[in-house]
Amino acid sequence: MKYALCFYETADNFAARTSGNAPEYWSAWKAYAGALGDRITGGSALQSPATATTVAVRGGKRQVQDGPYADTKEQLGGFMLIEAANLDEALEWAAKCPAAATGRVEVRPALSTQSM
Amino acid sequence: MSDTHEAVVAAARRSYGRLVAYLASRMQDLAGAEDALADAFERALLTWPRDGVPDNPDAWLLTTARRRLLDDVRHARVRREAEPLLILMMDNPAEPADAFPDERLKLLFVCAHPAIDVGVRTPLMLQAVLGLDAATIASAFLVAPVSMGQRLVRAKTKIRAAGIAFEVPGEGDLPARLETVLDAIYAAYGTGWDASGANGRHASLAREAVDLARVLVALMPDQPEALGLLSLMLYCESRREARRDEANRYVPLAKQDVSRWSRTLIGEAGQLLQHAGTMGHIGRYQLEAAIQSVHAQRALTGTTHWDIIARFYGELLRLAPTIGAQVGEAAAVAEWRGAQAGLDRLDAMDADEVQRYQPWWAVRAHLLAATGRVAEARPAYERAMGLAEDAEVRSFLAGRLAALDDTSA
Repeated sequence: MKYALCFYETADNFAARTSGNAPEYWSAWKAYAGALGDRITGGSALQSPATATTVAVRGGKRQVQDGPYADTKEQLGGFMLIEAANLDEALEWAAKCPAAATGRVEVRPALSTQSM
Repeated sequence: MSDTHEAVVAAARRSYGRLVAYLASRMQDLAGAEDALADAFERALLTWPRDGVPDNPDAWLLTTARRRLLDDVRHARVRREAEPLLILMMDNPAEPADAFPDERLKLLFVCAHPAIDVGVRTPLMLQAVLGLDAATIASAFLVAPVSMGQRLVRAKTKIRAAGIAFEVPGEGDLPARLETVLDAIYAAYGTGWDASGANGRHASLAREAVDLARVLVALMPDQPEALGLLSLMLYCESRREARRDEANRYVPLAKQDVSRWSRTLIGEAGQLLQHAGTMGHIGRYQLEAAIQSVHAQRALTGTTHWDIIARFYGELLRLAPTIGAQVGEAAAVAEWRGAQAGLDRLDAMDADEVQRYQPWWAVRAHLLAATGRVAEARPAYERAMGLAEDAEVRSFLAGRLAALDDTSA
């Protein structure tokens, strides 16, 4: 089954990407993606939440807002689509990702096109 | 109010397993016993603040649960076969509520029955014997709370529907059945491998696992493997404090400050193992405890006898050729006869099986680095990092990896 792993990272995590800790931050992610190997079928790391722009259209009127949709302590830092046998296995992988130790990982089964 | 609440919680912690075991073994129904007790605890929360905590809280809880069950009988909410048993239980003067027998051993054997799915045996024990809630168990086993709840319910339904007997197996079945009990208790503790075992997500259950083993040893003091299992876990627990430095960084066994090992626990583990050894039946858990006892010797002698550890692993592999024991042996052989000998062992293992086994990659990376094969060590360290769940273990490996780059530059 296909699962989306959504990585919610802390402000410290985002800061680490460009700080002196950057090599450690990225090497952990590189190692994680390497271990997943070809189980990864898609996804991307995302730039910092400050670069986000949120759009809505209400009653024909466009609303554009600087910043991410929700103002929460942890922000979406990236996502992966992975192939896993079942939820237990997807949770195993989620626990191993670097974001799990400080932020949170949301695991969601992908909706198959047949059910749309 | 909060004092009463605490009295209820204390009663639950102290006696939950015994009360469940007693009721379930009489009813031959675990789910029914748990429901009746949950009801009794709920009543306690309502009435104890008003009437005061009874002199004998356990007896009160048991009587209340029995009354609720009797009610169920009257309203035909229990299955017919259980009725005579229940009525007998209510009336039996030989078993007064304040001196009910300890039936937890039967409960342990039911939870680890071969007819119960192997993945749910440990959760079942933790819930029925120690009273842990499903959400806590789900987190420890990294399973969605809803699924864990369903698995537990399904297992209890199976116990009732299949008529799994609440009894201690007879002599012929005992060795095999005891093994499933021991395995289920050990599964709560962790993998046993020092780099990840009892440091990862199972660490939260380490104390519960020790509690279960203590219950088992108290009820079966003449089973050497039960003593061996408790000894093994106490040896591992003795090093808990030393696994992290002041900055909470991961410290591998070889670098641990032995003054931070618990002498009390090492002493108790040693006595248990010695006592087990006098019974003349060696087994997997005694061997694993023996390996840990050799490590513990370092606190006294300052050295580790890797030759002895490697031989114990050799024995262990003959009895239980698990992937953990294979990697453990390879690491011990590497220390004893040199890194290349360890690498040979690792290379001989099943490639598919080790692909996702973190300790294999960590030991392999270490041994490759030790033999100067830096180019191969690098991806092995990376894989070990990628498979690590503990962030501190990951940092430790990243440090090793960085040191590798320094030496090769």
